[in-house]
Amino acid sequence: MTAEQRPTLIEIRNLTKRFGSFTAVDNVSFTVAKGEVLGFLGPNGAGKSTTMRMLAGFMIPTAGTASILGHDVRTNAVAARRALGFLPEGAPTYPEMSVAGFLKFCAKIRGYSGSELSDRVAHAIGLTGLQGVRLQPVETLSKGFKRRVGLAQALLHDPPVLVLDEPTDGLDPNQKHEVRALIQQMAPNKAIVISTHILEEVDAVCTRAIVIANGRIVADATPAELEQRHPSGKLDDVFRLLTLPQRDAA
Amino acid sequence: MRNIVTIADRELAAYFATPVATVFIVIFLALQGTLTFNLGNFFERDQADLSAFFTFIPWVFLLLIPAITMRLWAEERRLGTIELLLTLPITQTQAVLGKFVAAWLFCGAALVLTFPFVLTVNYLGNPDNGVIASGYVGSMLVAGAFLSVGSAMSAATRNQVIAFVLAVAICFVFTVASYTVVTEFLSKNTPVLAEVARRMAVLDRFQNFTRGVVSARDIVYFATFIGFWLFVNTVLVDQRKAD
Repeated sequence: MTAEQRPTLIEIRNLTKRFGSFTAVDNVSFTVAKGEVLGFLGPNGAGKSTTMRMLAGFMIPTAGTASILGHDVRTNAVAARRALGFLPEGAPTYPEMSVAGFLKFCAKIRGYSGSELSDRVAHAIGLTGLQGVRLQPVETLSKGFKRRVGLAQALLHDPPVLVLDEPTDGLDPNQKHEVRALIQQMAPNKAIVISTHILEEVDAVCTRAIVIANGRIVADATPAELEQRHPSGKLDDVFRLLTLPQRDAA
Repeated sequence: MRNIVTIADRELAAYFATPVATVFIVIFLALQGTLTFNLGNFFERDQADLSAFFTFIPWVFLLLIPAITMRLWAEERRLGTIELLLTLPITQTQAVLGKFVAAWLFCGAALVLTFPFVLTVNYLGNPDNGVIASGYVGSMLVAGAFLSVGSAMSAATRNQVIAFVLAVAICFVFTVASYTVVTEFLSKNTPVLAEVARRMAVLDRFQNFTRGVVSARDIVYFATFIGFWLFVNTVLVDQRKAD
């Protein structure tokens, strides 16, 4: 099945964000279809998080539009966010809340109640392996657990669109493996965007990769195609090739 | 509505999960008690009313309420949770109202805990409890007014100290606007403003309530005041959330 036959769940058109004279995201356009796992790559400060924030409807674009399931994230924000599971950069959570309390809060906001609410929370806790710490306050958890709480919050309502900003940052190798397995398992039924600067992750889970540098898309291809762009066939080298010259030019 | 309740519920739980609630309530009651009984000459006045108590309420609120509100939005931004909260399927107005309602209920709880004053005055004499009740209604409205200013200031800056100072300053201006010093100065220079200042003053309106006068005009005044600042709050959240 080709991408054209699958429904497009995320559409970003000419998205631009300027902070004063600095252009963080410059005329970025792409679409993500159901079943795709898009790896969003780029050096720090390239505009990955800014793009994701605009897609989540958190940051107001200077120009351009973003939509989720056809709902514009600015004009039809609540409908767009219902279909979205978003893990913000750094996986922020309320420190004084317990894991279960925090997830219950998110589930209530998402419109669940009664036994369905408990089921959703239990399911999300199960998926992310948080059973052992469910009653612990989030502030007492390690970085890896905190990240998983953020992930559980994003998966809670089984959204058709997942936007995860550095989902494996701070996890140990075993946890990374689990999260990647989870993403792969969910992939067929969702459109997933993950940002990362860990290149092995792209090979492991992504069906497609976009490389962004200085706010512009410099490559949009499958990981295998990307690897061919450098004689060594290594993503590391392709990444440097694509992002370093841009920096010098800037 | 459901979303507002859910957010307010979480906020209220957060007050009590940290020492914020205890410290606020203890300091509020201690200050109110000291001021009423010592400075206010509660016993020496030999009158069965709570006017000494209500005289100090706006001033104690002026100091303590900005301390409650300074963290409302500034803390969300510091923790980054604002990004989480505002990407949940809620509107920004619901988030603003939820936080405001929680803070208001919290102030209401602090006011309820001043019930020993009411018991004392009823034990010692025969006060007009209707006047006392309207004084409490007025106190709640002053609390709401200060909370709405404080909440907006918290959304305006990421720095909690600045949010506190700005909120105190703005609430102070609205409190003293009807003072003769202010109105005399204004009527000498710009007579139009003197009238405006008198009408905008929180203290004048509050004093009507403490005298037992509950008028629709005063209620509309407080509703407009709170509505205006919550609107400012929503606009500021929208504009500054991602800064």
